[in-house]
Amino acid sequence: MSDILQVKNLTYKYATGTPFEKTAVDNISFTVRQGEFVSIIGHTGSGKSTLVQMLNGLIKPTSGKVFFNQNDIWKEPKKIRNIRFKVGMVFQYPEYQLFEETVAKDIAFGAKNMGLTESEIQNRVESSVEFVGLEKSFLKKSPFELSGGEKRRVAIAGVIAMNPEILILDEPTAGLDPMGRELLLSQIRQYHEKQKNTILFVSHSMEDVARISDRVLVMNSGHTEYFDTPENVFAQGEHLKNMGLKIPQITQIMNTLSDKGYHVGKGVLTIEKAVEELLTILKK
Amino acid sequence: MIKDITLGQFFPTNSLIHKIDPRVKIILISVYIVFLFIAKNFGSLGFMTCITVILMIITKIPLKLYFKGLRPVLFILLFTSVLNVFYGSGEPIWQWGILKVTWNGIQTAVFVSVRIVVLIMISCILTYTTSPTDLTDALERIMKPLTVFKIQVHEIAMMMTIALRFVPTLLEETDKIMNAQKARGADMESGGIVKKLKAMIPVLIPLFVSSFNRAFDLAVAMECRCYRGGKGRTRMKVLKAGKIDVIAVIFSVIVLAGVIVCNVMFPQLTVK
Repeated sequence: MSDILQVKNLTYKYATGTPFEKTAVDNISFTVRQGEFVSIIGHTGSGKSTLVQMLNGLIKPTSGKVFFNQNDIWKEPKKIRNIRFKVGMVFQYPEYQLFEETVAKDIAFGAKNMGLTESEIQNRVESSVEFVGLEKSFLKKSPFELSGGEKRRVAIAGVIAMNPEILILDEPTAGLDPMGRELLLSQIRQYHEKQKNTILFVSHSMEDVARISDRVLVMNSGHTEYFDTPENVFAQGEHLKNMGLKIPQITQIMNTLSDKGYHVGKGVLTIEKAVEELLTILKK
Repeated sequence: MIKDITLGQFFPTNSLIHKIDPRVKIILISVYIVFLFIAKNFGSLGFMTCITVILMIITKIPLKLYFKGLRPVLFILLFTSVLNVFYGSGEPIWQWGILKVTWNGIQTAVFVSVRIVVLIMISCILTYTTSPTDLTDALERIMKPLTVFKIQVHEIAMMMTIALRFVPTLLEETDKIMNAQKARGADMESGGIVKKLKAMIPVLIPLFVSSFNRAFDLAVAMECRCYRGGKGRTRMKVLKAGKIDVIAVIFSVIVLAGVIVCNVMFPQLTVK
């Protein structure tokens, strides 16, 4: 698979030249392959949100470069808008960004800015509504009469309608009830499977991350701590805990058993896998 | 970035001026401003300018910040100076068609400009050294006599406090919404004024919606804590005038006497 996104020595400093100067992202480099599902985790203030906002050109890095399909995104600053269409970004609590009279018009906002034809926009609105699991009857409603969870789906649909090659989701499940969270996660997974595009998923819920990602990028005070498969990352239970991160419960149990001398693997992510491992050692 | 806009800026330092009771401070500053207009010759104006600079130094706030406060009025300052230079009376020193520059014009221009600059500096001293809450508390107290005329002084003060409190919140939110719409390809930088205004709609609507929601939430939260307006409401921090305030008043009286003395002593320095 080819590399779709490459980040080289990316650094971002807030309030440069004042006593309040703070380095939010410190010399980060990594590469994401086409079609990968990458999760970015880290506790509050670790620089996750700043990092992802640099990937679609909303913030200009203090130093370092971002390459999208081998092209430097800031090579032509006037054309940065084109990058924003290709690297779609769903912000934290995106429901506040709705503004149009109807849901359909709001979802079409991004696609319209791209200068697509009416019929193409229509198609995209319909397919993206389907992706986020809303019924067609919603399209004619005002976005302001929807519930919180529905608003969030509309906001996500608005970004999906731009058909981005990379979709960045900044804590999309924050503040949703467990049912809504499950539903949204499975929809994101389905979307990923169908569209085969690249997804960057920012979260601090380890349980969510463990199940759906190909690779996990762990951030701690502006640095990358790990960038590896979930199994390998979660095998580092103690270290993650020191960074203020909680690993999934089942992984925690298995890591402890392994530390106590039982022959089970570290970094077990699902209950099924744990049962399997436990049965093998019980049979012995 | 939009966050660079500062409003009602307060710079906490441990200076003596910060410690003056806000009520006393507001009244004294108002009196200073009145006397700035009573000063009618360069002698008394110069004296007021010196006093203002001394006060600015006492606040321990970098002088650079005071000059920043001048930026918004720079245009008015230039405009009035130019007008004054050309509209003076008396013998012209330089003439071109109907435009003439007179000695009197130049003097008036300098006098008026210095007056405006000092005016801004004095007001800056007040806003830089008093926290917004202190300011509204003091205003509430000063305006209390107006309740005789059925003016809801407490309500006005409360509205001011709330408005000031939410300025940074609103700025932050505007920034957030702008970013979200930019991520959907909204173009806010290019185009003419009409296009730019139109581009603001996707920012303004969500901002209004969330402001109304926030207002409702705040109202509910206040009612939950039994807020019912100003009547019978006591304060946690009661403003109390102390020794420093007496000193401030005495200092001011001396300064004001000085202005009057200068007015009388240097009639030859009056703008001719």
